[in-house]
Amino acid sequence: MLSRKVVPFLYIAPCLLLMGVFVYYPIIENFRFSFYEFSAFSPDKVFVGFENFLTLFQDEVFYIALKNNIWYAVISIIFQVFGGLVLAAILEDPVTRFVSSFFRTVFFLPVVISITVIALLFSFIYNPDIGLLNSLLTLLGLEEWTRAWLGESETAIFAVIAVSQWQSIGYIMMLFIIAIQAIPKELYEAAEIDGAGKIRKFIYVTVPQVKEMLFVATLITLTGAFTVFNEPYILTGGGPGNASEVLGTLLYNSAFFKDQMGYASAIATVILILTLLVSLVQMKLFKTGKDG
Amino acid sequence: METNKAIAQQEFNPVMKKPFRYKSAVQGIPLFSILIFYFIVIAYPLFWMVINSFKTTEEIFANSWALPQSWLVSNYAHAWETGISGYFLNSTIVTVSTCLLTVFLSALGAYGLTRFEFKGKNTLLIICMAGMMLSPQVSLVPLYKLIQALGIHDTYLALILPYVAYRIPITILLIRAAFLDVPKELEESAFLDGCSTWTVFTKIFIPLNLPILLTGVVLTAYFTWNEFMFALIFVDSEALKTIPAGLMQFRDALQTNWGVLLAGLMISAAPIIILFLFMQKYFIRGLASGSVKG
Repeated sequence: MLSRKVVPFLYIAPCLLLMGVFVYYPIIENFRFSFYEFSAFSPDKVFVGFENFLTLFQDEVFYIALKNNIWYAVISIIFQVFGGLVLAAILEDPVTRFVSSFFRTVFFLPVVISITVIALLFSFIYNPDIGLLNSLLTLLGLEEWTRAWLGESETAIFAVIAVSQWQSIGYIMMLFIIAIQAIPKELYEAAEIDGAGKIRKFIYVTVPQVKEMLFVATLITLTGAFTVFNEPYILTGGGPGNASEVLGTLLYNSAFFKDQMGYASAIATVILILTLLVSLVQMKLFKTGKDG
Repeated sequence: METNKAIAQQEFNPVMKKPFRYKSAVQGIPLFSILIFYFIVIAYPLFWMVINSFKTTEEIFANSWALPQSWLVSNYAHAWETGISGYFLNSTIVTVSTCLLTVFLSALGAYGLTRFEFKGKNTLLIICMAGMMLSPQVSLVPLYKLIQALGIHDTYLALILPYVAYRIPITILLIRAAFLDVPKELEESAFLDGCSTWTVFTKIFIPLNLPILLTGVVLTAYFTWNEFMFALIFVDSEALKTIPAGLMQFRDALQTNWGVLLAGLMISAAPIIILFLFMQKYFIRGLASGSVKG
């Protein structure tokens, strides 16, 4: 008979073991690795102190990547958080109720499709010769706007960011729909009696009532923006040149292309610190908002 | 649970009778315009993928807007034979194993965390939850080294084990919430009958919480089927690649054969779309209690 003291640990142990080995241990190792220089297949590591970080902070590609990640964050907040909230509010409006479950399902569809599928689909859509986007612009008489969206350094990163928005708005929208459905109906009725229209009801009832979800959604979006890898990697590989490089692709290229594992670890450490900072600032803002 | 109730109530609530129906219909026009605009933005590219997956490359180049002159189902057979079938099998193996392991281990963990009183319980809970905040990108290099050191690089395990580890936090959170709602009396009477905690777990907790376990399976399946980065890096052999990484190879192999490539994309996306359409309820419940993406 096992003692009651040991039993709960036996139930939790498998989870702890797996997480310890594959989640926590690598994070700690990554910190250590960022002070070394080494390659993928050799066991030798050379301690280099802060050199990886110093090189990184002098690397102009790092700043291009950081700038692109910030663009990612700003655009994602506008489209996913704000756009998602507006779509959710529209779908929860009594006027649209008879069609809302249909639209909800369609808007959510891109979320469940693999990013590889979506990115490859969009490489067709952005195709300069026969792509959907250029054909559409031509059709609308905006021929001078047509271009090789992924091939030109000014537009590449924005074309990539657009794909991420297309895929993810539906996800954030669904989170807001869940939050809006929890708002007591009396609040809307009271606002209606006070003569509030749809826009006022949105600003004065919906937004304050979904504040908590607004926090969660912002956190998810920002963390996603600073760790993004799939979309840029598949669509442009960071190119042309380094124009659409983000921290994630920079990390990948350093580690698995140039075989600079220590340098890649330093990039990962920077990403970790950035995401932690974002979470901390968010929590702080959210707390003060709560008190006030 | 509550969210579902809320959804159910909403859908079965009769629309409130309003005296000015005409006015509210006019007010609705901007709302419907936005919905229809966004519907086109989302649905048209998907529709474009569907119709062009049935065309020859020449026809796509000549006219990618029109319906196919003749529907080339052979594109699908061609895609299936050009590698998709292998990727599909790999994805299925990895996804099924990951789902079963994740949900089983998380249920065990959730049971340990909810039905016992012991020192350090809260610390353990925090350790489990904090894993959710960490994104896999950040530990890519050490994880790669670790997988080499364990000798599982380029095997199914190189994907399954990290997937399970990264999915455990959210899944424990999900299952724990449901386990907390199971009344104490149920297990107490079982203990009086002389049952062990294991019997209580397998005979009471598992059967009683099947819906939430299913939610865990659906969310894990969605994550695993679509995961790209690990799939790209931890497996090298063509024969072991899952769909997201395999599609990159597939694209290079088919450079100019667009119709077949699109058919391959369709096949790859279909299982999760179907899972979503049939299990929407579980999907949304999972999102509601987790609120954390992939």
